Amino acid sequence: MIHIPVLRQGEPYRSLSVIELPDVRTGKTVAEVSQANSGLIARDLDRVSEAQQKLAELSVAELIEISKRAADLFLNGELPVGDQSQSPDDYVRCLSATTGLPESLARKNMTKSHYVLSEMETVLGGLTRGLDMSILDQGWGFQHGRCVSYRRETEVLGAVLPSNSPGVHALWLPAIPLKVTLALKPGRQEPWTPHRVAQAFIAAGCPRAAFGFYPTDYSGAGEILQRTERSLLFGDTGTVSQWRSKPGVQIHGPGWSKVVVTGGEAASWERHIDTMAASVVENGGRSCVNASGVWACSHAAEIAEALADRLARIEARPLDDPEAALAAFPSLAAAQAMSDYIDARLGDGAEDLTAKYRSGGRVAEAGGCAFVLPTVVYCADPGHELAQAEFLFPFVSVIGVDRDQLIRRMGSTLVVSAITDDEALKRELLSAVNVERLNLGPIPTCHVAWDQPHEGNLFEHLFKQRSIAGPEVAA
Amino acid sequence: MVTTMTMTLDEKARQARVRLDAHVKEMVEWHFNPETGCPFWLDFAAKLDFDPREKVHSYDDLKWFPHFEDEWLRGGPVRRWVPKALADQPLYVFETGGSTGLPKSRVNIQDFQTDYELFSETLNDETFPKGGDWLMLGPTGPRRLRLAIEHLAQHRGGIAFHVDLDPRWVNKMIKAGNHEGMQAYKEHVVDQGLKILRGHDNIHCLFTTPKLLEALCEKVSLSKLGIKGIFCGGTEMNAQFHRFAREELVPGIDFIPTYGNTLMGLACCKPFDPADDYSITYYAPAPRAIFEIVDPDDPERTVEYGEVGRVMLTTLTKEFFMPRFLERDEGMRARPIEPYPWDGVTNLGLFTQLSDSVVVGVY
Repeated sequence: MIHIPVLRQGEPYRSLSVIELPDVRTGKTVAEVSQANSGLIARDLDRVSEAQQKLAELSVAELIEISKRAADLFLNGELPVGDQSQSPDDYVRCLSATTGLPESLARKNMTKSHYVLSEMETVLGGLTRGLDMSILDQGWGFQHGRCVSYRRETEVLGAVLPSNSPGVHALWLPAIPLKVTLALKPGRQEPWTPHRVAQAFIAAGCPRAAFGFYPTDYSGAGEILQRTERSLLFGDTGTVSQWRSKPGVQIHGPGWSKVVVTGGEAASWERHIDTMAASVVENGGRSCVNASGVWACSHAAEIAEALADRLARIEARPLDDPEAALAAFPSLAAAQAMSDYIDARLGDGAEDLTAKYRSGGRVAEAGGCAFVLPTVVYCADPGHELAQAEFLFPFVSVIGVDRDQLIRRMGSTLVVSAITDDEALKRELLSAVNVERLNLGPIPTCHVAWDQPHEGNLFEHLFKQRSIAGPEVAA
Repeated sequence: MVTTMTMTLDEKARQARVRLDAHVKEMVEWHFNPETGCPFWLDFAAKLDFDPREKVHSYDDLKWFPHFEDEWLRGGPVRRWVPKALADQPLYVFETGGSTGLPKSRVNIQDFQTDYELFSETLNDETFPKGGDWLMLGPTGPRRLRLAIEHLAQHRGGIAFHVDLDPRWVNKMIKAGNHEGMQAYKEHVVDQGLKILRGHDNIHCLFTTPKLLEALCEKVSLSKLGIKGIFCGGTEMNAQFHRFAREELVPGIDFIPTYGNTLMGLACCKPFDPADDYSITYYAPAPRAIFEIVDPDDPERTVEYGEVGRVMLTTLTKEFFMPRFLERDEGMRARPIEPYPWDGVTNLGLFTQLSDSVVVGVY
């Protein structure tokens, strides 16, 4: 039996509280995960300064080199998990078994973390807008002829992480070369990736004390968010709303990402169906950057029909099928509950167009798993509940909306891919405060450039530019 | 010539059972006799198709009764629970629950004092010294706990100092997601506790909850402040916390996990044994109260030793009769031990029921 320990300043700790992680196919236990009690987390965070000092003994350049070595180890290495050794294949199989993500998608996500680790210099360059990293080592320096100084705002970055997609872990990786230690609370079903990343860093020569890995409950998560000056919180609306008022918690709530199609481009919508489909379906529709809405100022019904036809062709396949594109639900009951939730909200101008293109119902079984099949709902009314819905499978509402109401009605949106020739709309989107990431052109919403900020810039989250003066710093 | 024979554990368990059966008979006679019983049970008996005093002669015979429902304790009149024979005694009423809806009430005359006097006998006089004072950092208010701890301290020749914690307010803040408020309230409680600890050097014994113990230990070394014994209970108590407390929070201080509630009294913990790997086993104060670990799907079946089941609690005192109440807790059925030769429960936790829920939003 695999045992995933707590890591206390990098040292494995076997807790007397464990949870068992079942295989979504068989219900059999894949691993036991040690659970950290909240007091233990508090105690570790109380002495995080020692750990940060160990990290601070290395330069950013050295830590970038360590990241590069960690990249290779993460992708190809045998790394410890408890008292066992884990190959990349073992990792993919376990990840797939407990999260329901197909193995092919698990592998694809591995390359995201690999990319960020191996290209850390580029990523940091993007996040810092080309800052000379030695300035962080010495605390101040000259950049473009100007004297700059940055202050580290925290010794530890807390992260309450999700289980939906392992690609998300790429977001916190730059903390290590920025000499900020980590207190990670993995998602319940997905301890695999953060644990493997930590082990890859340690094997690559990073001080192990930099890694706090705390599988824990709600109260332990609260302890991390309460006690770290800077943190990332992933969660549903209910979870994140409780922490919005705490400064230092960077919120990653539901994405509600959208493709927007207007003007002449809406008239030639057929050319963009691939972009729309990819936005909805990639990564099993499990990411916050997947589109849950297509908002069109004309031709909405036709777009919805064509998308439904396209998405209804995607079949449920076993998790080890290389063609698998959908992630499994933890049980048939959970899949059915999801589907029932949607059914209960159809009507009042909202219609599931995929239903007529499918041979069976919305819930399907394959390889011992339950799936909810891609679903396209046409909403005549942008105010319909399903127009603002987002679920853990490829689900999209196609909404017809007036041009002048578009930005206001679409609400909070993580990614907008704007397919439009309307220059005024582009300008409005550039200044829209309800839009985080903006793709101008037919680019899938899930396109991610890791040197660009994602729902906030990690460097700006961790550092603050300060004013500095004195005889030594005179230019 | 008198020979001293050591009784085997089996023999002790058999004797305890005989005592329990006799006690059941005595309590049923008391509660269902119109001269001594309370209105609630006398009315209840009138609706039964049997006479409890004729039918119930042993613990097993309690099966004639339906499972006690704690909903019966919500609201008044609370005097319907007072046995006629005790009607002239000074009366306490203690509440349980109450975060939502009307709290449940249990009347009490001397039970809480008896329970804690019996518990006192299990404490080590070196680590809970007689004459030593106590600090209680925990729920007081309408609960039994404050008076009970105070009585325990007095019974052992000490004084109890108190700092209140209002769990209903904490629950409100948890529900509202008010993390700042919770933090501020915790600090408010802990600061008061520290002032008392620093100001009174005869305080050697502490009662508190796991969360407050953690918060205290962040600020001070309790052993340096003179604490020798800690009596700790609450929902977060489990084997991992027990280990964490003994290894990291309060090494060298006697740490006694407890499980108690208004309906039962106070259970005793199996004495610490490194071989148990910090697992916590509780024994109800038989024959005054008894745990039976039953199959959640068929509460008429007692589970085997080592099997996990739902806790069924029976309380049998002259003040309160509560047959076969299904608790919201589960745990593993544990074998009798020398000091407590009857069934216990290991790894007590909230009764779990799996449910599928819809996840809304991708993050």
